[in-house]
Amino acid sequence: MLIAVCIKQVVTREWQVRVNEAKTWVRDQDASWELNEPDAYALEEALRLREKHGGEVVVVSAGPARVTQVLREALARGADRAIHVEADHFATADAFTAAEALAAALAGEKVDLVLTGLQSDDQGFAQVGVVLAEKLGLAHATIIMEVQLDPSTGSGQAATLRVKRELEGGWFQWIAMPLPAVITIQSGINQLRYATLKGIMAAKKKEIRAVPAPAAAAARQRITALYMPEKSKQTRMITGSAAEAAKELVRVLRDEARVF
Amino acid sequence: MDAMKLLVIAEQQNGTLHRASWEAIVGAQTTGQPVTVVVFGSSAHTASAAADLKAADVSEVIAASSPALESYTADGFTAAAAALIADLSPTHVVFPHTYQTRDYAPRLAARLGRAIATDVIAVKEGPVYVRPMFQGKVNADVVLEGPAPHLVTLQIGAFRVDAMKKGAGAPVRAVTATVDAATIRQKAEAPFREAKQAVDLSQAERIVSVGRGIKGEEHIALAKQLADALGAELAASRPICDAGWLPMERQVGSSGQTVAPKLYLALGISGAIQHVVGMKGARTIVAINKDPEAPIFEIADYGIAGDLFEIIPAMMAALK
Repeated sequence: MLIAVCIKQVVTREWQVRVNEAKTWVRDQDASWELNEPDAYALEEALRLREKHGGEVVVVSAGPARVTQVLREALARGADRAIHVEADHFATADAFTAAEALAAALAGEKVDLVLTGLQSDDQGFAQVGVVLAEKLGLAHATIIMEVQLDPSTGSGQAATLRVKRELEGGWFQWIAMPLPAVITIQSGINQLRYATLKGIMAAKKKEIRAVPAPAAAAARQRITALYMPEKSKQTRMITGSAAEAAKELVRVLRDEARVF
Repeated sequence: MDAMKLLVIAEQQNGTLHRASWEAIVGAQTTGQPVTVVVFGSSAHTASAAADLKAADVSEVIAASSPALESYTADGFTAAAAALIADLSPTHVVFPHTYQTRDYAPRLAARLGRAIATDVIAVKEGPVYVRPMFQGKVNADVVLEGPAPHLVTLQIGAFRVDAMKKGAGAPVRAVTATVDAATIRQKAEAPFREAKQAVDLSQAERIVSVGRGIKGEEHIALAKQLADALGAELAASRPICDAGWLPMERQVGSSGQTVAPKLYLALGISGAIQHVVGMKGARTIVAINKDPEAPIFEIADYGIAGDLFEIIPAMMAALK
């Protein structure tokens, strides 16, 4: 069983987003970086499937040189090896470009299952996993909260996958499909593990294979401006010490908004 | 603007329209260009949905049915939509940004080799699409490149249903959707709810809701005390429920409950779109967050940029 996990490096949640002068991207030269949270859940799910069914977990990322940080972290958490499709333009790429790169990285691999987070914390397209499935010609399902794998018995019986897909408003649905397949994982599907010192040491000996970026196809989406959102309401900001602000807030809620 | 020809893909379940379908129609209508609406499913379900859809001021409603589309599958809906788009040659295909759309619209775009903009919250002249990025901290204006059609998914609430132009009754055309059942790889089981929801937050008059800013499970009790003092239900954003600090049934947002209380007090919630769609109908929204630039302040009536661990006890003192 070969399980691939597509991961992305994104700016940390705490980083104050600042738009660059051209207003086309953020000023991320001074940013701190982390593993995209839904991808961390996808990695964890892959590690659990490997523990249950055996096999190998390979992590894949498309991005500039800096993304080796998250690949190394994934290896420290327990992934067996990594593939890095390196090019600077992936940092701001649209979903088609990213999916193209990931598909190229997986071209020589006989994957049984591809996992990725349902969306990224930066551009948040929620498209890459689904587009990747189409490029690889595989079945897919999105926003998955549970994975049941029934590996092939080798006696002609095909391996199958049954996944619990999240619907809106607290509803769920089980979907079965043949392997190989691509699924996108929802945050909260499992409890994340963190790298141990032993894992970090072991990761140093694991392989990060660099593969060339495919010839850049024309981007399908172009950002023409990036800006802070306009306020949709006149927000009254209440200032002062905590005690003063709290007192004033209680007063306006009681006397002006009349909510209690 | 060049002549546009819009196709709205409405969504139904068991013949009942997803409410966001109307918003997608409004979004298409605002262009002033001809709009066709299609709904996919079984013949009974599409007929029922089309009977509702014909109330909209649109050129035509197409009920595209096949037994293979009785329940939603990504493969089935991708194939059927690709065939219909090839038939109709629209310039723009508009979807409500539902979980179903998210499941197959990117695949459809990839199959057609066309551009797609997801999670669009506004459309400007051009068309230029506005979509949130970086967890709602910034908005991006994006343009789609390459040949038509361009696919666009409209976030819930981007257009108002009450702005819909009604017509004299649009013509309804029932067609057989082009889909080969043998090519559908997913087998869908019946949707279900995890457990009977004990808490109906939609009926709550006041809600105190906690987000990542609460920092630890041990601090939930503090928020609960404030909720009790206000006569409010306790709710949370997704990460809190993911962490198991509060049960999933107390989650507000696109994957949880949609609420419209008199008071929504957001404690340490940044205001990502997935949360905001579930609570922006609240009459009075109060945000307390240490980050003065948190997107939650964009929709708040009252805000305090400060430390909630100081402000909550001070509020309880003030309430006494």
